[in-house]
Amino acid sequence: MNPKIADKVATTVLYIISGIIIIILASLLGYILFQGVPHISWHFLTSPAQSFEAGGGIGVQLFNSFYLLVLAMLISTPISLGAGIYLSEYAKKNWLTDAIRTSIEILSSLPSVVVGLFGFLIFVLQFKFGFSILSGALALTVFNLPLLTRNVEDSLRGVSDEQREAGLALGLSRWETVLHVVIPEALPGIITGMILGAGRVFGEAAALIYTAGQSAPALDFTNWNPANIASPLNPFRPAETLAVHIWKINSEGIQPDAVAVSAGASAVLVIAVLIFNLSARYFGNRLFKKMTAA
Amino acid sequence: MDPIREAMLKKSHSAKLERRGKTISLVCISLIVIVVVAIFFFVASKGLATFFQNKINLWSFLTKSVWNPSMKDAHGNPEVGALPMIVGSFGVTFLSAIIATPFAVGAGIFMTEISRKWGQKILQPVIELLVGIPSVVYGFIGLSVVVPFIRHIFGGTGFGILAGTFVLFVMILPTVTSMTVDALKAVPRHYREASLALGATRWQTIYRVVLRAAIPGILTGIVFGMARAFGEALAVQMVIGNAALLPKNLVSPASTLTSVLTSGIGNTVMGSLENNALWSLALLLLLMSLAFNLLIRWIGKKGELNK
Amino acid sequence: MKKIVTLFTIMLLAFMASACGSGSNSKQSGESITAVGSSALQPLVEAAGEQYQTEHLGVFINVQGGGSGTGLSQIQQGAVDIGNSDLFAEEKPDINAKALVDHKVAVVGIAPIVNPSVGVKNVTMTQLQQIFLGQITNWKQLGGKNVPIVLVNRAQGSGTRATFEKWVLQGKQPIAAQEQDSTGMVRQIVGSTPGAISYVAFSYINKTVQSLSVDGVAPTDANVTTNRWRIWSYEHMYTKGQPRGLTKRFLAYIMSSPIQKKLVQKMGYIPVTQMKVVRDASGRVSKE
Repeated sequence: MNPKIADKVATTVLYIISGIIIIILASLLGYILFQGVPHISWHFLTSPAQSFEAGGGIGVQLFNSFYLLVLAMLISTPISLGAGIYLSEYAKKNWLTDAIRTSIEILSSLPSVVVGLFGFLIFVLQFKFGFSILSGALALTVFNLPLLTRNVEDSLRGVSDEQREAGLALGLSRWETVLHVVIPEALPGIITGMILGAGRVFGEAAALIYTAGQSAPALDFTNWNPANIASPLNPFRPAETLAVHIWKINSEGIQPDAVAVSAGASAVLVIAVLIFNLSARYFGNRLFKKMTAA
Repeated sequence: MDPIREAMLKKSHSAKLERRGKTISLVCISLIVIVVVAIFFFVASKGLATFFQNKINLWSFLTKSVWNPSMKDAHGNPEVGALPMIVGSFGVTFLSAIIATPFAVGAGIFMTEISRKWGQKILQPVIELLVGIPSVVYGFIGLSVVVPFIRHIFGGTGFGILAGTFVLFVMILPTVTSMTVDALKAVPRHYREASLALGATRWQTIYRVVLRAAIPGILTGIVFGMARAFGEALAVQMVIGNAALLPKNLVSPASTLTSVLTSGIGNTVMGSLENNALWSLALLLLLMSLAFNLLIRWIGKKGELNK
Repeated sequence: MKKIVTLFTIMLLAFMASACGSGSNSKQSGESITAVGSSALQPLVEAAGEQYQTEHLGVFINVQGGGSGTGLSQIQQGAVDIGNSDLFAEEKPDINAKALVDHKVAVVGIAPIVNPSVGVKNVTMTQLQQIFLGQITNWKQLGGKNVPIVLVNRAQGSGTRATFEKWVLQGKQPIAAQEQDSTGMVRQIVGSTPGAISYVAFSYINKTVQSLSVDGVAPTDANVTTNRWRIWSYEHMYTKGQPRGLTKRFLAYIMSSPIQKKLVQKMGYIPVTQMKVVRDASGRVSKE
C-alpha cells in the first residue's frame, strides 16, 4: 500500500477507535447519572442512612469516604514517593531490584478481598484497631502502594538524564537533584497517578468491608475533638464509605427505596470523583508552574 | 591535623543530605517489601495448609473439576478441584486484555501523536473518571445492560465468560490506556523528528519508531490491566454466573478464582478445610500473576530497543 | 518540595498523635461492644443497636456483617463480643459449640422464588427437590410455560443455602449451578432471567419475583410459627460463655417485647417469642 494512503487509513482507524471509546464511556457515565441524579437532593446528601425505612440519605457515608481517602493518601503518598525514588534513582540493576519490582506488581494483582482479610486479621484483630477508619486507611494503603510506587518510578524515569546531569554538574547531590530537578519535572505524571490511585480508593469496597466496617454510626458534626467517639474526626470509629454502602444496600438492603438510594449514591460517587479529578488537575498544574519556574 | 585537611575530610552538607535522602527512600522501599513479604507469608501459610494439613493432593486440586469442599467424593477425599475457576480466570483475563489492547493503544496514539489537545481535554479526564467508578456499579450495569443484551443475541442465560469479558474490558481500559499514554509520551522527541526527517509519514513514524520504542511500557500497561482483571471480584461475580462448572462455551455460566473466593470467604470458618481451600485459590492467584509477570518481562526484554 | 515533605510529615505526625491519644481515650468515653457475622441478621441488630444507643447515652454498639462463618470463628476466638449466625454452631464443623451460648433472637422463613413469567405458583416438595437435583429441567413439566429452568444457588456455606438444603433436599447435593452470595443479587437475577428459580428470606420477596407455595402451604409468617411451612431457621446471636455487662443488657433488650413485637416484625423477621414450636440443632421439632 502507498504509505500516504496507509497513513490516511491508520489515522481514520485511530479516530474511529477513540470515537468508540468516547461513546462507551459517555454512555456509561450517562447511564449512571441519568439513573441517579433525579434522586439527589440536599436531604439525600446530608441526612444519615436508614437501615430499613425509605428516605435514608448518605451524609455520613459521604464524609467517611472523603476522610478515609485523605488519610489513606496521607499515609501512602510519602511512602510511595520514597520507594519510587529509590527504585528509579538509587536501585542497582540486579536480581534483587528485579525481585522487588516483580513482587510489587504481583501485590497489585491481589484481589482486594484478600487485602481486606489481611487487614482484618492484622490491623483489626492483631493491632486491636477494631473496625475503624484507621484499619481501613491502612488496608487501602496496602492496596494502593504498588500502583502509586510504580507510577512514581515511571514518571521519574521519564525525566531525561540530561536534567539529572545538569543538576549534578551544578554540584548538587543526587538527593537534591531528585528533589529540586527531577520531581518537579515529573510532577504531572505523579499527580495523574495519584488521581488514579485516589479514584480507586474512593470506589473500593471489598477491602473495606472487613476493615473500616459496614456500619456508619451517626456523627455529631459539632464535635471536632478526635478523641470523642461521635466526632467525625475520630479515626477509631467504624466508617462505612459510599462504595461500601452501595454494595451493602445492593446485597442485603431491605429499604423499600434501595434501588433509588443505590443509583443516587453511585451518581454522587461519580460526581465526587469528577470534582476531585478536576481540582487535583488544576492544583497540579499550578504547582507545576510554580516549581519549574515556567 | 591541619585545618585544610580537616575541612576536606569533613562531610559536606550535601553529602549528609544525600545520605539522609537515600536512607529515607530505602526505608520506604523496605516498608513496601515488608508488606509484600507479610502478605505472601500470610496467604501462603493459609493456602498451603490445604495440602499439608488437610492432605489434599496438589495435582487433583489443579486438575479436578468438581468444587464442593464440604462434601467428600467416592474415595472419601474432599471435592476440591479448582480447574473450572482456573479456566474461567484465564479466559476472562486473556479475552478482555485482547479486546482492550487495540483500543487502549489506539486511544493512546490518538492522545499523544494525533490530537494532543482533544486527547488531554476530553479523553484523559473521562478515562481517569472511569477508574473511580466502584466495581459494584460496573457489576450492576453489567447485570442490567450487558447480560440481557447477550441473552438476546446469543441465547442462554446471558451469564458467562462473554459478559465477564465485556465488563472487564471497560474496567481495565482506563488502566491500560493511561499507562500506554505514559509510555508513548516517554519516547524522546528526537526519535520522531529523525523519522519524519527521513521522509516517513506520520503513521510510518508511529508504527515503526514510536510504538517500537514504547513497547516495554505498553506491555507493562497490559500486565497491569490483566492484573486488575485477574484480581477483580465483585463486578465479575455479578455477571459471570458464578457456577463452578467448566465453561462449555462463552455464554454458559462459569466462575473465576476471585468470584468463588469472595463469595465463600465470609461463610466459612477460619482454619477449616473449606476456608483453607479458598486461601489456596488466593495463593494460586498470586502464583499465576507471578508467572504472567515473568512472561511479560521476558517479552518486554526481547522487544526493547537497544539503547 | 521540602515544604511539601515537611507538611506531609507534620500532618502525619499530628494524625498519629491524635490516633494514639484517642486510642487510649475511646474506651473511657463509654462502654462499647462489637457484634459480627451473618449479613441476614445484621440489619436487625444494627437497627436495635441504634435504638438502644438513643435510649442509653454513652454506649456504643458496633455491628458488622461478614457472614455466619466469620461470626462464628470470631466469637470462638473471643475477638468480638457477639457472633451472629444463621446456623446452629453445631452445624458448622470446626466450631466448638459447647463453649458458646446461643441466643435465638428471631426466625426467618425462606421461600422459593421464581421469575414471574414461568407460570407456576405451587409445587410439591418432591418437585422442588427434583428441580434442584436437576431431574426437572423445564417449567412445562410442572404445567408452566415452555422455558428451561435456570437454577440460582446461594454461595456454598451460606446459612440460607444450608437451611434450604436441609429441609428441601434432605442432605442431597444439588447440581452445580450459578451461585450468588447475596440476597439482593439473587432477587435481581431471578427477577430478570426467564425461567430462573432460587430462594430468599420472606422479607426480600417483592413484586419483581414470584414466591412459590409448597404442597399448597403458602410462605407466610403464620405458617412458619406452626411449622406448617418447614423451611425456616433461627437467627442466632452467640456469646462466648454467659454474656456479661453491656452484652447481657443488649441481648435482653433485643428479647424484650417492644423490640420483638415492633422492630423485629417491622423489618420482616418473625419474632422468636411468637413461635409455637421449638426446633433443636438436629432438626427435631417439639411443641412449646
